[in-house]
Amino acid sequence: MEELILEIQDLKKYFRGSSGFLSKKVRWVKAVDGVSFQVCRGDTFGLVGESGCGKSTLGKTILGIYKSTAGSVIFEGKNIPHLPRNKAKEIRKNIQYVYQDPGASLDPYWTVGRILSEPLMIHTSLSKRSIREQVHKMLDDVGLQEEHLSLYPHEFSGGQQRRLGLARILCLNPRLVILDEPTSGLDVSVQATILKLFMELKIRFHLTYIFISHNLSVIHMMCNRLAVMYAGKIVEMGETKAIFSEPLHPYSQVLLAAIPQVGKKLGEEKDLSLIGEPPNPEDFPPGCRFWPRCRDKMDICETVSPALQARSDGRSIACHRIHPLATKT
Amino acid sequence: MKPKEPLIDVTNLTVHFYTDRGVVQALDGAELHLGKGEFVGLIGESGCGKTTMARSVLRVLPAGGRIIGGRVSFAGQDLLAMEEEELNTSVRGRMITLIPQDPFNSFNPVFSVGTQIRDILKWKGKTGGNKKIDEVGILEMLGQVQIPSPGGQLQKYPYQFSGGQRQRLMIAMALLPSPSLVIADEPTTALDVTVEAQILRLMAKLVRGREISVLFITHDLGVASEVCERIVVMYAGQDMEDGPADILFSEPRHPYTKELLESLPNPEGRIQDIPGEVPSLIHPPSGCRFHPRCPNVIEVCPRQKPERAELAARHWVRCFNPVR
Repeated sequence: MEELILEIQDLKKYFRGSSGFLSKKVRWVKAVDGVSFQVCRGDTFGLVGESGCGKSTLGKTILGIYKSTAGSVIFEGKNIPHLPRNKAKEIRKNIQYVYQDPGASLDPYWTVGRILSEPLMIHTSLSKRSIREQVHKMLDDVGLQEEHLSLYPHEFSGGQQRRLGLARILCLNPRLVILDEPTSGLDVSVQATILKLFMELKIRFHLTYIFISHNLSVIHMMCNRLAVMYAGKIVEMGETKAIFSEPLHPYSQVLLAAIPQVGKKLGEEKDLSLIGEPPNPEDFPPGCRFWPRCRDKMDICETVSPALQARSDGRSIACHRIHPLATKT
Repeated sequence: MKPKEPLIDVTNLTVHFYTDRGVVQALDGAELHLGKGEFVGLIGESGCGKTTMARSVLRVLPAGGRIIGGRVSFAGQDLLAMEEEELNTSVRGRMITLIPQDPFNSFNPVFSVGTQIRDILKWKGKTGGNKKIDEVGILEMLGQVQIPSPGGQLQKYPYQFSGGQRQRLMIAMALLPSPSLVIADEPTTALDVTVEAQILRLMAKLVRGREISVLFITHDLGVASEVCERIVVMYAGQDMEDGPADILFSEPRHPYTKELLESLPNPEGRIQDIPGEVPSLIHPPSGCRFHPRCPNVIEVCPRQKPERAELAARHWVRCFNPVR
């Protein structure tokens, strides 16, 4: 039986949106709106979707960088949002976040040595000497050398900066690592090196990953399970292999068909390209948020939001077309 | 595939950038050929010289960049020898137009979209002295790039459009002067994958049948494979391989192309990275610039730069020891 490491229940994160001048009415940006999923130890769980679908907000809300509006984040049996601050900090040591832009998340005025020892000073009570030893070990684990310790972040290439970001979080022996677009902006050959490193580190340190990306080919390769997000909600979730071989939700179908692939020719298959633009997060359409762009829209979709329903094969889908019974609720 | 009538021939182009840290040898005798109506992809990793190549063709290199040698022949004219004045009136923005990478920063935010489109035609229109602008033509073009209800859009400002819409407007602006070559520099990199698919389809549809050649610069091999007929692969300022897209991707002959394809993420999860790092172009490797990382390296590689050799019909490779 697989051991549950993280369980998210009906998590919501609303941001206060723009309101008109003198207007009292507050509009809420529902960036993450009722998301539930489970991650087992050793999983690489993918979160995919296009810009603005809420995948990064979800990642940050899990860690507590954003305070959740509602819902639970249960990590190893403990509901983080309900814990007192000092307890929450202790647990969060075990969850680490790798930022999208590695250059911007490293302090430009600090040497690498200082950057890497900081988390150990905050979260542990190790002596200076053991901190130094730990830092050396981590540097070696991510493929950097000791002479790099006295350098500044700008002296590293994009790929090396990502290695630094990894070294910094691995210092604390986390159990769950949230990778937010970890390879965006990298060239394919550098991306290959970094992905390989993720795979090695995962095995060596028994890590569990939440892998946030808009790059579907990378998700396909790295993740065993994934959730497709659209406008703040999960529309489909399940085994990566199953979803890639047969996406069921109309949005997943479009998304997967749009992946540019070597060897594929434009226009060879059915044109699944989407009509229209993603909805404005301050003003989602009523009912299913995808209906204005959906090819299989039914009348009910315009009024009733479909619930994410599990099927017997482990796949969950939020679509009236696939779950006609869901209309009862 | 039968050869097309040549439109642009870049031969032996060498470009250097003079920087504080030294001379960056950005292009090293690079070659590029485009036929009329051909959709050619220029691919390679950042810093390989794709954009420098495109900018050299238009002679719009950033400060410090200088064309050291070579020839750029466009429709029979030598662009490197042409007077700046003539280049401005007849080539830039007229015969050769550009679709930029970033649709967000490429519009002037303080003018309406309509003003900016009309300006293009005023300066570059084929009407010559006739200052009357073809309003019907503009609306028709906006319709073709699938801007909904184009009539009401012209007085809007750039910020009122989404990224995808702005890129559609950019495409319209690039096509309105009826160019013979459109240079698209990473036109979909800033867009989401579903919007990217829309834009790629649109571009392919619009240039087909118009006898417009496209030089499509991208680092995304998948995108290049989907839309381009022919692919030129660059590495560290040298053109490495040039061939029909389907053949080049299924049977790459240059070791770099092969390694690049193998480093793409794939569902089987076996990932192959290219050992080593992209070299500094201030002190580039001698001979073939890929030799320090090449699995097929032989004794001659560091000593000499390989010539372009046509290994199969219209498939050229610069390599002493190509993949068999």
